[in-house]
Amino acid sequence: MSTFPLTGSQTVGPFFAPALLREDARRNVLTRPETVGERIRIEGRVLDGDGVPVPDAMVEIWQANAHGRYNHPADQGSAPLDPSFLGFGRAGTAEDGSYWFETVKPGSVAFDEERLQAPHICVTVFSRGLLNHLVTRLYFEDEPANALDPVLQCIPNDRRATLLAGRAPSINRGATNGAMVVYRFDIVLQGADETAFFNV
Amino acid sequence: MKHITIGEIVRGDREVFPPYLYEAYQSTRRRAPAFPLIEVPLTLSELTGPGPAISAVTPEDADLTRNAGTGGEAIGQRIIVTGRVLDDLGNPAPNTLLEIWQANAAGRYLHKRDQWPGPLDPNFLGMGRCLTNADGVYRFLTIRPGAYPWKNHPNAWRPAHIHFSVFGLSMLSRLVTQMYFPDDPLHQLDPIMNSLPAEAARKRLIAAYDHTVTEPEWALGYRWDIVVRGPYATPFEPEDAGGARQ
Repeated sequence: MSTFPLTGSQTVGPFFAPALLREDARRNVLTRPETVGERIRIEGRVLDGDGVPVPDAMVEIWQANAHGRYNHPADQGSAPLDPSFLGFGRAGTAEDGSYWFETVKPGSVAFDEERLQAPHICVTVFSRGLLNHLVTRLYFEDEPANALDPVLQCIPNDRRATLLAGRAPSINRGATNGAMVVYRFDIVLQGADETAFFNV
Repeated sequence: MKHITIGEIVRGDREVFPPYLYEAYQSTRRRAPAFPLIEVPLTLSELTGPGPAISAVTPEDADLTRNAGTGGEAIGQRIIVTGRVLDDLGNPAPNTLLEIWQANAAGRYLHKRDQWPGPLDPNFLGMGRCLTNADGVYRFLTIRPGAYPWKNHPNAWRPAHIHFSVFGLSMLSRLVTQMYFPDDPLHQLDPIMNSLPAEAARKRLIAAYDHTVTEPEWALGYRWDIVVRGPYATPFEPEDAGGARQ
């Protein structure tokens, strides 16, 4: 189908942080005060095949807003856009391999004209030693809709749990802000507990 | 756009995308997935993406010779790097964010993990960004980066290169890659460049010297087009979804 041959992928290498994670390029916090939706915090670590934390990875996320609408022209759904929510996050990992985001729980997005997808967040991982980036999804372990999700159903049973973010103790943000639910999502690049990565 | 929600796509062809495990590049050994990637149906989640919505750049961001903000100019051979971002049907990707980073003229990165004894340049940060215009055209003013040593194997040197991060229109078009310079004897010795199996694919990472881009009494010109996967999907009827996953 391609008439113009694609440009190949190359690793992000070890030295991307000053450019891609500069103050105005990283996006750990996806929300503004007026953003609609349930606040959640995502925390996790990126680990290599030896279980060693990866301190020089970058994690990007892309998600629908709380109504289940993507901020993108290809989403012609009837759910409303939220002018205070872009849906894109970018975080670096720390020395202990950890990363975090604060966002809203996405609503359900259509799969086809009849079925919905379970709420999920698209996750992309870059690091030195990854010649191509890795693509996966974060689902919420306490979400009943997971059982019918058409993408999750493609993942072998014994690896499906690698895509489920586990609910951790909530963070109390004071009387006015209420509690924020925390989900844990570790990304294992290689090995028996390897995260299920997608061929997309 | 009625049927964009269902389909199946494979991640380009393996001549264009390097393998995850490439023994000659040591860092792949403990970071490459061991399981095969899983085929999943394409959904609205992959056919959308942040590309069209990200726009936080200033014109100064595209001038790496001066964007350190010191008032001084970076040392090195001043170059213009320009080209188009296209999808694989030839459609331009307009208003999309490109982020670049590179070593200075001496081959040194401004990064705490780069400690080889190449000199730093106080007037060079080595990072830039711009949006493509309506025709998909980008343009950076920078200095030609130097080659630099790394510890992958004895006497290992990376050929001069500029890192590019590209968004494009959808999640499918996301690309991080490296642009190389023509006529560099280090190309054939570089495991990262050679992780691309096809010579034609490797050659596409090399910019062309373009005298029509060169500006007299100012800067040498290089042209490099970037082709990313398009936002399209092969339409499938919903009932085809199961059969499309092989």
